[in-house]
Amino acid sequence: MAIEGADLVKAAAFLGAGIAMGFGAIGPGVGEGITAAKACEAIGHNPREAGLITRTMLVGQAVAESTGIYSLVIALLLLFVV
Amino acid sequence: MEIELKTAVTMAAYAGSGICIGIGAIGAAIGEGYTASEATVATGRHPELAGDIFKTMLVGQAISESSSIFTLVVSLVLLFTQHSAHSVVDVAALLGAGMCMGFGALGSGIGAGYPAAAACTGIARQPAMISRLNTNMIIGSAVCQTPATFSLVISFILLYSNFAGRPVSPTWAAVLGAGLATGLAAIGPGLGSGLVAEAGCEGTARNPEQAKNATNTMLLGQAIAQTTSIYGLLVSFILIFRGFPATDQLAPTMGLLAAAICVGVGAIGPGVGVALAARSAVAWVPRNPAIANELIRTMLIGAAVAESTGIYALVVSLVLIFVV
Repeated sequence: MAIEGADLVKAAAFLGAGIAMGFGAIGPGVGEGITAAKACEAIGHNPREAGLITRTMLVGQAVAESTGIYSLVIALLLLFVV
Repeated sequence: MEIELKTAVTMAAYAGSGICIGIGAIGAAIGEGYTASEATVATGRHPELAGDIFKTMLVGQAISESSSIFTLVVSLVLLFTQHSAHSVVDVAALLGAGMCMGFGALGSGIGAGYPAAAACTGIARQPAMISRLNTNMIIGSAVCQTPATFSLVISFILLYSNFAGRPVSPTWAAVLGAGLATGLAAIGPGLGSGLVAEAGCEGTARNPEQAKNATNTMLLGQAIAQTTSIYGLLVSFILIFRGFPATDQLAPTMGLLAAAICVGVGAIGPGVGVALAARSAVAWVPRNPAIANELIRTMLIGAAVAESTGIYALVVSLVLIFVV
């Protein structure tokens, strides 16, 4: 099996895409889980502010999600553009 | 130096066996140690309940141990079975089977220790609830073992399938990846289910009247925490059973391996994160039953967002398998 340069580059890009999205998913998953956990706790303490707490949780999670989306973008770039 | 195929298969079996029991022994040992430590503290506080706490500790440790017994079985099968040596695919399948069960037992072993520890602490707190606590612990720990059971299934499929008619490249990457996907994907959900079950046992002891609610919310939380391990299982099945056309290029082969790493590692974070959200909800339902619906709704919304990166990983993995 002769490996050419272009083939090698493509193989590396695929591996890179998998590694980027795989490891990139760890942080946001755990971080957003911590946010949701604290939101449940806060609603337990103060059920009247449930709407406000849920809104804050979602905004916070959206920010934490950004690194996961960066990983997705890089993975898709590696798959389809590079 | 040319290595004969038969030698390579034997090497893979021995290496896979070592990796399997080596990694697989970590989880259960930590989980059982944690159970024992909490049982010791509980006995110190309430020496008159020593017998009950001791019994619950042993039952909990036995369940926690099951995942590492799976790894022992797979290790022994790898060591003492006659393996077929048709091509390099058999080498990859044996290594994949070993890694699958080794990684797969890591999370479930640690996770199952948590509910057992919470049950021991709970008995010291509410001796009247012993049987309910034991039931809750057994259900919770048993659900923790599901990701390890998925790994066992994939390991056995890899060990006993005949890949003789398949093209060597890219099938070797597909079978190695099948092991990695399910094995790695089991870590987070296994550990996470344990965290949820811990809160279920604690809630039962805290508010015995709400024991049923605590168990129900616990099961819901464990179910959503395990979704990412099912993504791993799905990708493994696709990799094993879909026949990939022969190729002499490196890119499609690495694509299959990358798909497995992506969904496997990508499942760890969401598995733990979703479980953290569920643990908090399960802990608060017995404390404040009036707002149970509110709590479960917030848990589901929060968990859905935490799950999103796991879904990205699944999508990228499926793109790697089917599109590029």
